[in-house]
Amino acid sequence: MNFTQAIREAIESLSANKMRSGLTMLGIIIGVAAVIAMLAVGAGAQNSITGSISGIGSNLLFVFSGNMQEQVRNEKPLTMDDANAIADPFQAPSVAAVAPVVQGNAEVTFAGETANTSIMGVTPDYQLVRNYELTEGVFISEDDMLARASVAVLGPDLADKLFGRRDGIVGEIIRVEGQPFRVIGLLQSKGGSTFGSQDDVLLAPMTTTTARLIRRTRERIDVIYVQAVNADQVSQASEEVAEVLRQRHRTLLGEDDFTVFSQQDFVATAQTITNVLTIFLGGIAAISLLVGGIGIMNIMLVSVTERTREIGLRKAIGARRRDILIQFLTESSLLSLFGGLIGIGLGYLIAFIVGRVAAASGTPFVPQVSLDAILLATLFSTAVGLFFGLYPANRAAGLEPVEALRYE
Amino acid sequence: MSAPDAVIRAVELTKTYRMGEVDVHALNGASLEIYRGEVVAITGPSGSGKSTMMNILGCLDRPTSGEYYLDGELVSSLNDDQLASVRNRKVGFVFQSFNLLSRTTALANVELPLRYAGITKGRTDRARQALVAVGLANRIHHRPTELSGGQQQRVAIARALVNDPAMLLADEPTGNLDSHSGKEIMELILTLNKERGTTIIIVTHDPAIAAQTQRTIRIMDGKVEQPEAAR
Ligand SMILES: Nc1ncnc2c1ncn2[C@@H]1O[C@H](COP(=O)(O)OP(=O)(O)OP(=O)(O)O)[C@@H](O)[C@H]1O
Ligand SMILES: [Mg+2]
Repeated sequence: MNFTQAIREAIESLSANKMRSGLTMLGIIIGVAAVIAMLAVGAGAQNSITGSISGIGSNLLFVFSGNMQEQVRNEKPLTMDDANAIADPFQAPSVAAVAPVVQGNAEVTFAGETANTSIMGVTPDYQLVRNYELTEGVFISEDDMLARASVAVLGPDLADKLFGRRDGIVGEIIRVEGQPFRVIGLLQSKGGSTFGSQDDVLLAPMTTTTARLIRRTRERIDVIYVQAVNADQVSQASEEVAEVLRQRHRTLLGEDDFTVFSQQDFVATAQTITNVLTIFLGGIAAISLLVGGIGIMNIMLVSVTERTREIGLRKAIGARRRDILIQFLTESSLLSLFGGLIGIGLGYLIAFIVGRVAAASGTPFVPQVSLDAILLATLFSTAVGLFFGLYPANRAAGLEPVEALRYE
Repeated sequence: MSAPDAVIRAVELTKTYRMGEVDVHALNGASLEIYRGEVVAITGPSGSGKSTMMNILGCLDRPTSGEYYLDGELVSSLNDDQLASVRNRKVGFVFQSFNLLSRTTALANVELPLRYAGITKGRTDRARQALVAVGLANRIHHRPTELSGGQQQRVAIARALVNDPAMLLADEPTGNLDSHSGKEIMELILTLNKERGTTIIIVTHDPAIAAQTQRTIRIMDGKVEQPEAAR
């Protein structure tokens, strides 16, 4: 018996019982579709998160106050002076630019339109570190800082909400927490991100913000964005920043009372999270594949019993143990291979639909069906068929011809 | 005395089935010889061990004790795969209940022994010739369900002969057929013996069929009753 014949015969016998074969395959189809869809969505989410993190800027470090791992007593907040010290090229030569930020939420109104948005007090360097382009107007300047000018730069989503358009809004007067601010610039869209829109934002000079919008004691700030000179110097810069802050906060001996995060750290953390998610969902999918495999075993056992006489006859005319084994193994692996192929198609479709739904709800991300996943699913489903077909096939091959022929 | 042309030589065969506490001796020291080209009937009352004997002669089953030589080869010592190969090359079976694969055509059914023999070249031609030889030239692509009982048995005979076996074993081949097609099947079997010289062993209850053979071996309680009666 050669291979193509075995496959032809298996297809014949499977199609003799189409309904049953179809239902048996369904278990594998669902399992494989789940695996493919989960992997695709997982990969898509990972790409999207990684993308939005790199979209923040390049070669960035983020400095927060507080230590996320250890409890620290007498924690000192980050201040403008800390930011200025980091910006000093003698203390931190690997640092290219520094942008301290205070942030909060505020109600912004214009001509009866109201929007609740996130507001940020920033310095001129913020444009540099965040890589912001303006579609019109100018960014916040040193003069605005010194004069504590009531000026604002808007994100495009906020502009949509307030004005319903994205041009010709420079010069308009809006109210932030009831105080008049003049719009001087409009940011180019950075697109949605997994963390919500980066475009629904209002930027104002740091000095104006702390004086009028977000009151802070002793020039306290929330985050310091630090840009390293180049990609190779990011960890060097991180060390320098930490050293400066340890000196200033007098924590040379104890634990740091601040945290320096690099973009890579964020990416790594996000990847860990999505990996865990993918493994978890993949595990569920694998279980359904297992259930599908048990379904195959069940049906193959029924089929062996039903065809006992046929097996006896085949043996009587010269089929060896191996021939019968191959016959049934071919059937079970074909069953699961076909199920697997259909499942890949279905999983692809599900991933595609998830992508569409995500896009429609404002978090565009592209599910990625990798070749690896397809190969893996094909291989795995065939293996499931082989594994779960082994017991029934072995049973068939071990039948005594006389007994089998006498079976009613 | 064992003549050089004995296709089958069985010596003191026993077959014991254990049924709970009691042993059932289906065969109890049966000996026989069958010569090349013979047509032999095996008769005996129900339960006397005819089918058991047939299964052992056809290498479907092993005796509990005794020696069995087929074509000079001691088969009682062969393993499962070797037995399968012997069945494939040397034995053709015809069953009372036809035992065709219902999903496939007559041609595919007849091809099956050739497949298990690993023959690919000229396989279809040989199967077709076998079907022509049993008079089914115009039923080659029919499925078993589309054939009469007599025609199905002809397909089974074609399948038994396609490998040119040394002998053909038929366990009540006409048992499921009406007397007319039964007669035709017997005629066909006897013709094959004349034309090809195939050794033929038929288990039957029907004295009319036994009368058409050259020799009748009677089995009683697991023993051969009149061994080696002259031809
Ligand atoms: N698998 C088995 N297990 C137990 N006993 C068996 C088995 N096969 C046959 N026997 C017994 O062996 C004896 C011979 O059976 P066998 O089938 O050879 O009879 P037979 O001569 O072919 O009868 P019939 O003419 O009715 O077909 C019977 O008593 C039967 O009950
Ligand atoms: Mg019988």
